[in-house]
Amino acid sequence: MTGQICFLLNDRQVCTSQAPGVSVLTYLRQAERLIGTKEGCREGACGACTVLLGELDGEQVSYKVVPACLLLLGELPGKHLVTIEGLNQAQLSLVQNALVDFGATQCGFCTPGIVVSLTGYLLAGGTDISVAGIKQALSGHLCRCTGYAALQRASAALVRFISQHSHASISDLIALTLLPDYFQTIPARLRQLPKTPSDNGQTSPEFWIAGGTDLCVQSGPRLASAPVRFLSQFREMKGISRRDGQIHIGALTTFAELAVHPVIRQLIPDIQGYMARLASWQIRQQATVGGNIMGASPIGDVSNLLVALDARLILQRDGQRRTVPLQGFYRGYKDTAQHPGEILIEIVVPVPDPGVRINVEKVSKRLSVDCASVNSAIAVHCESGIIQTCSLSIGGVAPIPLFLKQTSAYFQHKPLTKETIQGAFPILQREIAPISDIRGSAIYKRLLARQLLIAHFTQLFPELITVRDFHETH
Amino acid sequence: MKRIDAVYHVRGEAEFVDDAPRPAEMLYAAVFASPVAHGAILSLDTAAALALEGVAAVYTVADIPGQTLWGSIIADQPLLAKDEVTYVGQPIAVVVGKTAAIARQAVNRISLQVEERPPVLDPRQAFERGHIIGSPRTFVLGDVDQAWEQCDLILEGTCDIGGQEHLYLETQRARVIPQEGQALRVYSATQNPYAAQRTIAQMLGLPNHAIEVDVKRLGGGFGGKEEQATLWACLAALAAWRTHQPVELVLSRQEDLWMTGKRHPYISDFKIGVTQEGKILVYEVKHYQNAGAYADLSTAVLERSLFHSANAYFIPNVRISGASCRTNLPPNTALRGFGGPQAMFVMESAIAQVAEALGRPRGEIQSQNLLQLGDAFPYGQRLQTDGVRQTWREAEHIYRLAEIRDRIAQYNASHFETKQGYAVMPVCFGISFTATFMNQASALVHVYTDGSVSVTTGGVEMGQGLSTKIANLAVKAFGIGEQRIKIESTNTTRIANMSPTAASVTTDLNGQAMLLAIEQILARLKSVAAAQLGVDDPDRIAIINEQILYDGQPTDWTWDRLVATAFLTRTNLSAHAFYATPGIGFDRTKEKGTPFAYHVCGAAIVEVTLDCLRGTYKIDAVKIVHDLGRSVNPLVDRGQVEGGLAQGLGWMTIEDLQFNEKGRLLSKDLSTYKAPDVFFMPDEIAIQFLEDMENTTGPYGSKAVGEPPLMYGIGIFFALRQAMRAFKPQGEFAFASPLTPERVLCELYADELKEIAESIS
Ligand SMILES: Cc1cc2nc3c(=O)[nH]c(=O)nc-3n(C[C@H](O)[C@H](O)[C@H](O)COP(=O)(O)OP(=O)(O)OC[C@H]3O[C@@H](n4cnc5c(N)ncnc54)[C@H](O)[C@@H]3O)c2cc1C
Ligand code: FES
Ligand code: FES
Repeated sequence: MTGQICFLLNDRQVCTSQAPGVSVLTYLRQAERLIGTKEGCREGACGACTVLLGELDGEQVSYKVVPACLLLLGELPGKHLVTIEGLNQAQLSLVQNALVDFGATQCGFCTPGIVVSLTGYLLAGGTDISVAGIKQALSGHLCRCTGYAALQRASAALVRFISQHSHASISDLIALTLLPDYFQTIPARLRQLPKTPSDNGQTSPEFWIAGGTDLCVQSGPRLASAPVRFLSQFREMKGISRRDGQIHIGALTTFAELAVHPVIRQLIPDIQGYMARLASWQIRQQATVGGNIMGASPIGDVSNLLVALDARLILQRDGQRRTVPLQGFYRGYKDTAQHPGEILIEIVVPVPDPGVRINVEKVSKRLSVDCASVNSAIAVHCESGIIQTCSLSIGGVAPIPLFLKQTSAYFQHKPLTKETIQGAFPILQREIAPISDIRGSAIYKRLLARQLLIAHFTQLFPELITVRDFHETH
Repeated sequence: MKRIDAVYHVRGEAEFVDDAPRPAEMLYAAVFASPVAHGAILSLDTAAALALEGVAAVYTVADIPGQTLWGSIIADQPLLAKDEVTYVGQPIAVVVGKTAAIARQAVNRISLQVEERPPVLDPRQAFERGHIIGSPRTFVLGDVDQAWEQCDLILEGTCDIGGQEHLYLETQRARVIPQEGQALRVYSATQNPYAAQRTIAQMLGLPNHAIEVDVKRLGGGFGGKEEQATLWACLAALAAWRTHQPVELVLSRQEDLWMTGKRHPYISDFKIGVTQEGKILVYEVKHYQNAGAYADLSTAVLERSLFHSANAYFIPNVRISGASCRTNLPPNTALRGFGGPQAMFVMESAIAQVAEALGRPRGEIQSQNLLQLGDAFPYGQRLQTDGVRQTWREAEHIYRLAEIRDRIAQYNASHFETKQGYAVMPVCFGISFTATFMNQASALVHVYTDGSVSVTTGGVEMGQGLSTKIANLAVKAFGIGEQRIKIESTNTTRIANMSPTAASVTTDLNGQAMLLAIEQILARLKSVAAAQLGVDDPDRIAIINEQILYDGQPTDWTWDRLVATAFLTRTNLSAHAFYATPGIGFDRTKEKGTPFAYHVCGAAIVEVTLDCLRGTYKIDAVKIVHDLGRSVNPLVDRGQVEGGLAQGLGWMTIEDLQFNEKGRLLSKDLSTYKAPDVFFMPDEIAIQFLEDMENTTGPYGSKAVGEPPLMYGIGIFFALRQAMRAFKPQGEFAFASPLTPERVLCELYADELKEIAESIS
């Protein structure tokens, strides 16, 4: 059965000889005619195509919620793919009942995806289930009909109900009708599946796929026929650790993992608040730090932060490794110092001095699940009112995530005062060169750059400076 | 009562057009559309597309045997462009292939040469050049010219109002299956099955009866599938008719975004005159509607703008005029509110300007000028309810408006970086199609011998809950269980000549038609029952919970037995009935009349917090009092209010439709067009329904609910404006929407913006 991709699709095993770069959404709707999975956008932005993807994790299977339009067949070998049809039982499930009872469906087009997400949230949530959390699970979904109010009422009721019952194991969840009983048999069945790598093992494919959240949107139709390779098979590229005064972030670390990791939280106390505004809950489980850097978007939110933190990239080709500072990695729009065939293995961040404070800002049209008009990060060390070191980055105002070299240098050894910050404005404006686009006019982005500079200092040093200071005439 | 279709929704079993099993020989279509906004077609080369493996055919306007122009009001729009293109996204050719992917690949191989002409994108500019669709219209009340003299204060201003994408989650689609002879069966995601039927018939030179259009449900419509679904149904039909094979056409999201029209942007000039006390004496407004390239429904949308230009206020002297201006954008079309929202926004802007000039709270000027029972609208009709004032007073009272005002004032006194604001938004929306003839509907009801019931109406289920409400009404009228009722697909063979599902009136019209049909069947059944029971007066017979009662007393007859007996005694168990809204009419030569059966009223309080450093904002709460009449289904109605509100809030703020100077859509996907998500909406949405308000028109005293709540969203603009003024009291803020974080920040920091501009030049 060479070249076949075998996995569990709901309650049955399937093998397909379609190419690994084929989108799971296309496969489900065209080949399987599982029509409960809807297409609303094909760019990960509506959630109508949401499915569950289960993977063996010791004795258990752990499930995550993924938009099928951002998932390729090549990710499926040895896994359990669950569509709405695979959640259906003779009677309505717990989640389905709640949506019906609260009148949370109108046209119904967004609904199957939402059922899958809510089920996935309650399934994976363990003891962490909360009303705020389940709202995050709705964040990847567009519903044009309901205004989300009934969905939120139904979700809150689900959280209340689940919290009152034991929900630790799959059998608990089956008893609560969250899942059909065949879920019980999945771990054993997954262990028996042939787990052949689904790509052709070419060393220099046309596309390296990490989370696929960027690639599927940018190059979707081309992936189906192109040689692709999946980085997810390199497990060693995951994880975060701190050693020798440096933080090592595996390139495959997801946004969700980055947000909660103790090492990162120690570095940036509010990292969770910031990460919660990037993409959606669903995408954060899929999108990787490495993909954010290598995608080279000028408004990458993680790459921007890492620029300010002076991160280094460990790149590898044919077993050869080299280290490149991120601050010099970007050369132009989507143009980097990456050599052909090189992959990013990990990102190394020097642990800053104890006094360094870090702040991250992002302004977008919609507060959540939207790309930045301008984003910016700062790592600054100030002692007795004097700035010791300052490292500033900014996105959306140049073809690349920009390290503000001159502005950063300007702050060195200056007192932290309004005048100092104002003195930086002209330098900042010279260093950036925004263009007008859908995310904002050039002049607006310039204004934002100024505002975010003020925001950094007033956020980090409220005891020294406030926004009001900038509005008082002398 | 729960929705009757919710179980299918949550199980993913609700069937949309392309979910139905596929005929094996089906072909898939894709559309080649104009990449330029204006120009003459020099040549079109489809050879390379045709040569692609798996491509069955490429059709152009030359393949259309019948009429090539279409449009429900003015037939001016080419189905496929011929000699010239007039907007980016205008269909020029349709390709059919073995798969949709092949068809799209082939589309990319079509080459087109166009001699480009400069596009006109601004409605005022179009107006000045005389590019007007239909004729400009003017409504007048009182004596405007002399009224200015009595005013203490006269103010003028301009509103620049953005459009809006419908963003129905299900994109436009149709599947067409050839039948015997020339006939076609068309499955279309349309709000207007009859328009699809007659337009396809005209295109192919066939009688209407040759075309059967069937609609099960839509994944949202919001007006975007009222007129505009027709085009895609036609293109699929053309291909199916030519190839004699089933053809499916499903637009991708990106295609749908750039190829279809949207809510009309408006530029509106206003002039308002008031007394020192804030009494509005005179109001004048001129609407320049950006209609896009073809008529579509623009003239009707404009008409509704004229009807709602004074919104919920009584103004004794009014002159309202407007023109549909032809530009090189996709033809703009119906979107929930249908011209009402733009008009109301202008009125609210004028009031804001007055309040700011007089240094008084906006709410005071508003409340002082609200319509009351018996007041005349500029179009002559008088308000038959006191709902405007009643809902305002209720909102003021139950939500403690005075406390909100004080709390926000305190907040603003103690905060610098963030400011809060609130606004009250009253809405008074007329219910009926303004084209009087469209206020008609019919329904077909069958009772089968097993007692089950089939109902077909001319209305389309698009998420608004029509089927549920129709079923609820049928249950109530027949006195039988809900499981007995099936609401059928909407089908032009079962119901002829239906009006589109629009104008919020679909439940009213079709519900009434169905009730008339049920009445006929019930009268026959009661006669049978009377005969069987040996009593004279069928009117003393009633059916409750499937029990046959006589004088309120149970008999040993049940629904099942009665129906079976009726059949054996040769009783007609089917009925078709027709309903036309009584008492309405409008004289367009005088621009006066009674266009509306009734008005729906309500008031909403919107509260926001603005981050004055970053220009971003959060909606804290929306609190609504809404007049529903006697709700047929409160669960459905609440959903309509909440969903409409979300769409209105989005329209005013983050839904930023942008075209470049060449008329190309910049907000071309969902990463650049942002509609409300769960975090955008406030945690607190309070809705209080005013119950038992009189309404003799709606079925069982219910009222239309679809559109009016959208306009509550307008309140956010003025709430934000208040917060902006709290931060920058001397600031000059435009009446321009959407009020994106960009616009907010640029207005709050106009001086800094200038400094930056100077520093870099
Ligand atoms: C709905 C939606 C919302 C989003 N919101 C945000 C947001 O708020 N902020 C933001 O910054 N981004 C956002 N994104 C973009 C995207 O999710 C991120 O950029 C993400 O980090 C990409 O990671 P990935 O693993 O999915 O990359 P992939 O799509 O797998 O890859 C992206 C590119 O990087 C290359 N690549 C990936 N990993 C490596 C590696 N280790 N070595 C060499 N090359 C590699 C790939 O070949 C490809 O060219 C959003 C995307 C979607 C669909
Ligand atoms: S189709 Fe919209 S997220 Fe996949
Ligand atoms: S119910 Fe229609 S989009 Fe959610």
